[in-house]
Amino acid sequence: MADKESTRVEYGKALLQLGQENQDIVALDADLSGSTQTKHFAKAFPERFFNMGVAEQDLLGTAAGLALGGKIPFASTFAMFATGRAWEQIRQSVAYAKLNVKIVASHGGISVGEDGGSHQAVEDLALMRVIPNMVVLIPADGPETRAMVRWAATYQGPVYIRTGRMPFPVIYEENHTFELGRSDILREGEDVTLAGVGLMVHHCLQAADLLAADGVSARVLNLSCLKPLDWQLVVDSARRTGAVVTAEEHLATGGLGSAVSEVLAEHYPVPLQRIGLRDIFGTSGKADILLQHYGLMPGDIKAAALKALARKNGR
Amino acid sequence: MTQSYQEIPDISQLQEIARQVRLDIVEMLFKAGSGHLGGSLSATEIMVALFYGRMRFNPQDPCWPQRDRFVLSKGHAAPVYYAILSRLGYFPREELLTLRQFGSSLQGHPDSACTPGVEVPTGSLGQGLSIANGMALAARLNRGGTKVYALLGDGEVQEGQIWEAAMSAAHYRLDNLTAILDRNRLQIDGHTADVMSIEPIAAKWQAFGWHTVEVDGHSFSELLTTLQETDSVKDRPSMIIAHTVKGKGVSIFENQAKYHGVAPTKEEYEQALKELQAA
Repeated sequence: MADKESTRVEYGKALLQLGQENQDIVALDADLSGSTQTKHFAKAFPERFFNMGVAEQDLLGTAAGLALGGKIPFASTFAMFATGRAWEQIRQSVAYAKLNVKIVASHGGISVGEDGGSHQAVEDLALMRVIPNMVVLIPADGPETRAMVRWAATYQGPVYIRTGRMPFPVIYEENHTFELGRSDILREGEDVTLAGVGLMVHHCLQAADLLAADGVSARVLNLSCLKPLDWQLVVDSARRTGAVVTAEEHLATGGLGSAVSEVLAEHYPVPLQRIGLRDIFGTSGKADILLQHYGLMPGDIKAAALKALARKNGR
Repeated sequence: MTQSYQEIPDISQLQEIARQVRLDIVEMLFKAGSGHLGGSLSATEIMVALFYGRMRFNPQDPCWPQRDRFVLSKGHAAPVYYAILSRLGYFPREELLTLRQFGSSLQGHPDSACTPGVEVPTGSLGQGLSIANGMALAARLNRGGTKVYALLGDGEVQEGQIWEAAMSAAHYRLDNLTAILDRNRLQIDGHTADVMSIEPIAAKWQAFGWHTVEVDGHSFSELLTTLQETDSVKDRPSMIIAHTVKGKGVSIFENQAKYHGVAPTKEEYEQALKELQAA
């Protein structure tokens, strides 16, 4: 538990290993192979790596063509440029055709830090979640990243995986496996459910500790499979705890908070509080300062949980 | 049956096929009540030359791995594509008359999930060349000798992604790729020269590192000779700029931007049939 791993670094390792096992794996990047970590695959398999230059639309279109030629392309760049600049290429050339393209995009969220708002994807989950046929995954640690990348190579169809820049603590065992549409309860609790993705899963676990100190028992979910969402787990958690908090390094609209809201509104409405950016872009600064500035710290999650609890109890 | 280079019909036969394809296009669009007429008629000889004179494929085995690949990047020319695929035996001719109807296998723009023989959905302009590049890269890795062809519209090259793909095809020396530009000089809003000039278009492709050839896009002899030649070019992709007439083959449709995306009226349809049947 003490070790920290960066999900983008673990992606780079997993991709390299997949490349050794399967000749059909190819990788593409848009001049960010050092940041996205595809550089390891590029070095080992230069004939199967295609740097497309600073051209994200061509990146995704070329990946689509490689998939049509029977390859399993992993296309990487920053999350903002993959899902923003090339959104319609992902929609039309990849998802509409249900092609076997894996988009693994790094630098999701505001923990990108100093590069600032232009480079911090705070809407990528929303942009990918609305596209039919798309699977949307946000690994919470190194083992989950490796499991998701390995799973993606066996799944026939488009997958979006968001990785982060910063290292964060390891939760899962080394041999962790991933199952589509299934999410995990990381901690049992009775009073409130804290559901996070990515780095915020850790902040949810820490918030659960803070709440426990105040006598509040929190169930913690890692909803790393954002689409298809494990809606039965979400409903079960709402039924059991009667109050839910979502936490994501993303706008509070369109991503995890929206996905959980949709499920609860239709199936089991309970008080819900969303932790995320409120209709605002990111800015430059150190990651820890930004996480505090935008209210994404364990203390913020705890406060949201207490608010949800108060609503549940009719106060 | 696998189409091969040895079975090329003679030019008079190709011209007859093109005439029948045009009749199909006009009939399909009249029945559908909408669709893209002008750019289907301008591309007819190009498409017939590719599918009857150059590419290898097997309608009985649409997924034959060694087949040559075609991407209709100007996806709105779906009617000419469908007419040819049907004539080649990918699906029954009756389906042509269901074009654009609910539940039809023939979507308004090509969709590989619906139509046998279609490799990839297109229609949102500017995306097909990147896809063709990816297919060409895969073909190179697969070492199957597959050739890749893409048909672009001249309005379409106003899209920035085309030029990203132009760069990457040359960078990766995709000599198994030939793109053809249907240079009919018109787009929905008018002349390309007035809407957004693309000239000097041949010099642009040359400057991007492509083997670039200009042909009469209605001349089978020029198209076939050039396609044969570009297939033997080494170390760079080829661009054939095919000069065409939008609405070609029916006098009232020719060189009229307004027939880019409309179906013929009953009177226009009857006149078109008369002209094409007499041709």
